[in-house]
Amino acid sequence: MSGSNSSLEFLFAGIIQAVDLIVRMDPYVASVTKVQLMVSGVAVILSAITAIALASAISFSEFRGKELLRTAINTSMGLPPVAVGLVVFLFLTRRGPIGFLDLIYTPAAMIIAQYILATPIITGVSITAIESIPRKVWDTAYTLGGTKLDVSLQVLKEARLGIITAILAGFGRAIAEVGAILTVGGNIVHQLYLGGVLQDVSYTRTLTTAITVETRQGNIPEAIAFGIILLILSFFVNFIAMWVRKRSVG
Amino acid sequence: MTGDRDIENMKGIMRKDMREIFLKSVLLGTILMVILGAGCIGKESTESTASGVTNPPVQNEPAHVQDEPIKVQEKLRMATTTSTYDSGLLDVLNPVFQQKCNCIVEVIPKGTGAAIQTAKDGDADLIFVHARGKEDAFVNEGYGVNRRDVMYNDFVILGPESDPAKIRGMTSAAEAFRNIAAAGMAGNATFFSRGDNSGTHTKEKAIWDATGIVPSGTWYNSVGKGMGDTLTAANEKLGYTLADRGTYIKWKSKEGFELQLLVEGPVKGGDPILKNPYGIIAVNPEKYPDVNYKLAMEYIEFVTSKDGQELIKNYRVNGEQLFFPDAK
Repeated sequence: MSGSNSSLEFLFAGIIQAVDLIVRMDPYVASVTKVQLMVSGVAVILSAITAIALASAISFSEFRGKELLRTAINTSMGLPPVAVGLVVFLFLTRRGPIGFLDLIYTPAAMIIAQYILATPIITGVSITAIESIPRKVWDTAYTLGGTKLDVSLQVLKEARLGIITAILAGFGRAIAEVGAILTVGGNIVHQLYLGGVLQDVSYTRTLTTAITVETRQGNIPEAIAFGIILLILSFFVNFIAMWVRKRSVG
Repeated sequence: MTGDRDIENMKGIMRKDMREIFLKSVLLGTILMVILGAGCIGKESTESTASGVTNPPVQNEPAHVQDEPIKVQEKLRMATTTSTYDSGLLDVLNPVFQQKCNCIVEVIPKGTGAAIQTAKDGDADLIFVHARGKEDAFVNEGYGVNRRDVMYNDFVILGPESDPAKIRGMTSAAEAFRNIAAAGMAGNATFFSRGDNSGTHTKEKAIWDATGIVPSGTWYNSVGKGMGDTLTAANEKLGYTLADRGTYIKWKSKEGFELQLLVEGPVKGGDPILKNPYGIIAVNPEKYPDVNYKLAMEYIEFVTSKDGQELIKNYRVNGEQLFFPDAK
């Protein structure tokens, strides 16, 4: 309680230094941001491809166990990231079933973990989007002589805004997640000479994992900088999602 | 008749509703009671601490005051390194001290750098760490008082059995690091650093300084986390790393741990640069009047006393002594 003045100063000083780190594109901060975007971006692109295929298969066809599959997908939408991290770790560790691939503590391992986390969300939300397309769209496409594939493509086209929202939701989850990538990525930075200066350059350290380690080590400006970038990213994602939703309504 | 059935159905639904409402209110009641109970206990303890200072003893109930004084257990916040915590030493020392002082020792395990930062922020009463340079700076900057030596152990260099850098049995840590760097540049070896400003990381940097090499390249991996995380990473990638002997002894019998001790520290006759002294420092009460200075000093007295030093000396993990008392 000793002096709220000094604690405010501490906070402001941290924020000012953080903004400075971002504005002058500090190589460490930039590399961490790059790894985050690369890992979450690739994971979500792969997830989206799988999810759209899966959502189409479920929405456009009847088969045994369909309801069970839907329930499984809905349940996995809320998988705890740390648990996913542990399972991926157990598979990738040197003693694990695919340990020989030597993927543990690489960006590839992080992509796998985030792929598993994002796919159910994108699938689940996409199914809802597809099934909310009015029946008459399906029927019209069919009566116009479309094959099953034509009908499906037409419906998917109508549902595109919902599917984009689904992908954004998956991306939002991926960039906010820390438990899985911390376990399988290892939070590693390399020391490299960049332009003659020794620099920490992220290998598997992301915005979220960096915030945890920088805070614990008392590097508050760095932690705040990563926090700001992460907030801007989620804001951006939500902004697009809102814009898409507005368009789909209007 | 259908009407009757409807009414029966409705009764059934209502009964179900009632049951639900009943269950919900029971649940809500329980939660409320827990919250209120916790509130009362909290209030009670603040009142009783305050009563010693401000309120005179209540005249009406002297019996109560004398027979059962409500004793609030004081709390000592100790910021310490992961090595003292993970090794299990504090699980031996703290219960004995807690019995003595009738207090609670709250341990905040972090790397040495972070532990010192915690104390600098006024969030600890005491630090128990291992990085002499940083400890001296902590005292010189006025944050700490009464630094005492407690004990020492040492660091060892671990690596894979194949030992691509050929450092096994070397007597110079700097020489070994030089070989690792050369093998790393050639793409045959990797090194895993704590990279977290901990005591171990500080020692690692001191050894690199002694080699005259600045480690750089993709072979040099900085983990930014604790000893356990770093050992896990080095073991997964079969790389080299610097570890404190205590953590190594605990880890070497773990299932699947394949790293081997390749370069010894001074405890087993190795390079003196690998010595790892532990110090304990009370946080300066002039800097932070809220800290529990009295209890911090009692703890320092305890670990540097004959009893405390004996406990440290006799502490064994897997039959090996982890720490060597050297309080003066």
